[in-house]
Amino acid sequence: MAYTILIVDDSKLARMSVAKVLGTLHPDWKRVEAANAAEALSQTRELSPEVVLVDFNMPGKDGVTLAAELRALDPRISVAVISANRQTEVIKRAEAAGATFLPKPVTASALADFLASIPGQRTADSR
Amino acid sequence: MTLVPTLTELELDAMTELVNLGVSNAATSLSELVREEVILSVPKANVVTREQAIANLREHGAKRLVAIHQDFDGDIRGRALLIFPEARSMELIRALVGAELSPDDIIELEQEALAETGNILLNGCLSTIANSLERNLKISLPEVIHGEGTDFFYPNSDAHETVLFIYINFTVKQRDIQGFLAMILDLPSLVMLQKLLDAYIERSTGESRASDHAG
Repeated sequence: MAYTILIVDDSKLARMSVAKVLGTLHPDWKRVEAANAAEALSQTRELSPEVVLVDFNMPGKDGVTLAAELRALDPRISVAVISANRQTEVIKRAEAAGATFLPKPVTASALADFLASIPGQRTADSR
Repeated sequence: MTLVPTLTELELDAMTELVNLGVSNAATSLSELVREEVILSVPKANVVTREQAIANLREHGAKRLVAIHQDFDGDIRGRALLIFPEARSMELIRALVGAELSPDDIIELEQEALAETGNILLNGCLSTIANSLERNLKISLPEVIHGEGTDFFYPNSDAHETVLFIYINFTVKQRDIQGFLAMILDLPSLVMLQKLLDAYIERSTGESRASDHAG
C-alpha cells in the first residue's frame, strides 16, 4: 500500500533533501511538505498521513511538541523527530512523545529502518 | 557603500541548515561537558557588510563583548567568531566549571573556558560545513578577545570583506546566554562558498540550481 508521508521542516533544503531520500526508498508514496507546526497540523487533519517526519529545531513550536500533538490528533500516526542535536534530553522527550528519534542528516538506511518499523497495512476504512 | 553580493534564498537556507547541523552537534558535546541540556534557537543567517554586522551587535543591546575566533583556510578562507555579551560570559563559565568555584578561580579559568567553548562550537560548525561542502578547511587554534563590535570586525580592514552573520540564542542550565556567530569572508571566498553551496544543494536534492543566478 502506498502511504502518505508528511515532511515538516522550516528549511526548504532539508525538506527537499529528505524528499530525495524518500523518493529512492518509496517512489510510490505520496510526499507532502509543511514549513511549520501550524501547517503540519492542518495538513494532517486534511490528508491523514500515515507517517510524519518532523525537524526538531523549528521557530515557534519545536518538533517534539508537534510530535505529541500529532499523536494526540491520531495515535496511529508514526512520527519520527529528526535532529543533529543528539542530547539525551531531546531523545528522551521524543520517545516520551511516542516518536522515534532519527539523527540528522537522515541517511537512507536510518530512514529505511524507521519506515520498516511502522505498523503494517491499515484497514481500508481507516482512510 | 560597498555592494555586498548576496546569496539566494535557497543558498542562505542551505547555509543556515549547515550552521544548524554544526551547532546542534556542538550542543550535544557541550551538554556532555556541562551535564545539562543546552537549548538552541533556530539560527538566523544573513550576509552583511562589516558596518551592518557591528550595527547588528549594537541592536541586540550588547556593548562590551567577548569573542572567541578561529581562522580557517582552504578553498574558502576567513575567520569564524563566536560572540557573547561580556556580562553573560561569566554565566557561561559558571555553567561550565560549576558555581562552587571562588571568583579568583573563575577569573583564572575564564580564558580557558571561553576558548574551549568557542572551540567546540566553532569547530563543530566549521567541520560540518567543510564535510558537507566536501572541502578541507585548516582551522587555527581559538583566541579570546574582549572589546566592542569594531574590534572584531575591523582587524585589518578590507572594504570588500563581507560578514555572514548568524544570530543564535542558547540556554545552558537555565541561564539564558545569547550568542552570535559570524564568519568574515573575503569576496573570492564568498563567491566560492556560493558555488560550493550550489553543488551541495544539487547533491542533497538532485536538482540543479544554476538557473537561479541570473544577474
